[in-house]
Amino acid sequence: MGKMKDTFVTPLLKGNPITVLVLGICSSLAVTVELKGALVMALSVTIVTGLSSLVCSLLRNTIPNRVRIIIQLVVVSLMVILVDQFLKAFESTYAIDKSLSVYIGLIITNCIVMGRIEAFALGNKPFPSLVDGLASGMGYGAILLIVAFFRELLGSGTLFGYQVIPEALYNAGYVNNGLVILPPFALILLGCIIWVHRSLDKELQEK
Amino acid sequence: MEYISLFVKSIFVDNMIFAYFLGMCSYLAVSKNVKTANGLGIAVIGVLLITLPVNYLLNTYFLKPGAMAWIDPSFADVDLSFLSFIIFIAVIAAITQLVEMLVEKFAPSLYSSLGIYLPLIAVNCAILGGSLFMQQRDFVNIGQPVVYALGSGIGWYLAIVCLAAIREKMSYSNVPAGLKGTGITFITVGLMGLAFMIFMGITL
Repeated sequence: MGKMKDTFVTPLLKGNPITVLVLGICSSLAVTVELKGALVMALSVTIVTGLSSLVCSLLRNTIPNRVRIIIQLVVVSLMVILVDQFLKAFESTYAIDKSLSVYIGLIITNCIVMGRIEAFALGNKPFPSLVDGLASGMGYGAILLIVAFFRELLGSGTLFGYQVIPEALYNAGYVNNGLVILPPFALILLGCIIWVHRSLDKELQEK
Repeated sequence: MEYISLFVKSIFVDNMIFAYFLGMCSYLAVSKNVKTANGLGIAVIGVLLITLPVNYLLNTYFLKPGAMAWIDPSFADVDLSFLSFIIFIAVIAAITQLVEMLVEKFAPSLYSSLGIYLPLIAVNCAILGGSLFMQQRDFVNIGQPVVYALGSGIGWYLAIVCLAAIREKMSYSNVPAGLKGTGITFITVGLMGLAFMIFMGITL
């Protein structure tokens, strides 16, 4: 049981895909302007990593080594197609799917998915692989939500679309920070999150 | 003129790295020195130049809603666009494998210097992103995706070489312990992105 807990907790903190392994930055930063999009993205990635780790782990003894990348990509893209079609199917999620544009499709090449399959699922039993995949997705999602929280709060004064910063403050001369909405700020914010994370956990610091 | 505008735009305004964050993983991992960054950048340009037109043809003649009407008018209402992810990634993976084999055969020295980075290109978001953006943009002829591929490839190349040069210099500076390595790289990329925003309003 202890081992299973380890498998679950490591990707959330010590082996966080974004801040420690630096994987999956590609499609993550552009979707963090609002919490809503970030939440959908986080859930989609969690589902895709979990399921494709599970499937690849089930197939691990039958995949020939030479063509494994192509097979993994096919499995992952099947999962992404499922998620994408699911999002398109409902009216409430269709708008979000549109606003995430190509980034849902780009989950296929999200390094977290491939990284976990290569590093974990191909050498482990299906159930631990599923747990590891889900946990990695959640570790990724947690960072995504933190970044989106600051960007939405400072950039538009809202959370999940609801006004949080009171009107009185705007009347007193407060303005939303336009810089926060711009894409480069997500990188700077992420740099700061890494800084905090590594200052708290000295083991992770690079020489 | 239209091509020049598309070309310049895809290099600077719609830069894969600074405007869309595509290909970030290998961008951050392989930018430790200029020489390997150079190799990977060129490889990305090459693969983009081949995959984008191929995916464009597949998209126009097979995947788009009604694209198969040229086979038989009765196919006019067939819409295979939900298959595009899997088709695009299959094309990209196959072409990367092919390019890898060709480079290994005809340019062994380049092959050994690129080494593991070639297969990595298959999972580079910039390549798949290029194809997905191509699908969104509705290019009208084959020339446009070629120019777009060249432009965004060069944009990616510029970005990775610039970052590698900065990181080479930065390895001598005194960075706070927690920020060392990844942290400061992120902040550098953020600042470079801000600089690239200058090109935002340019139209040719």
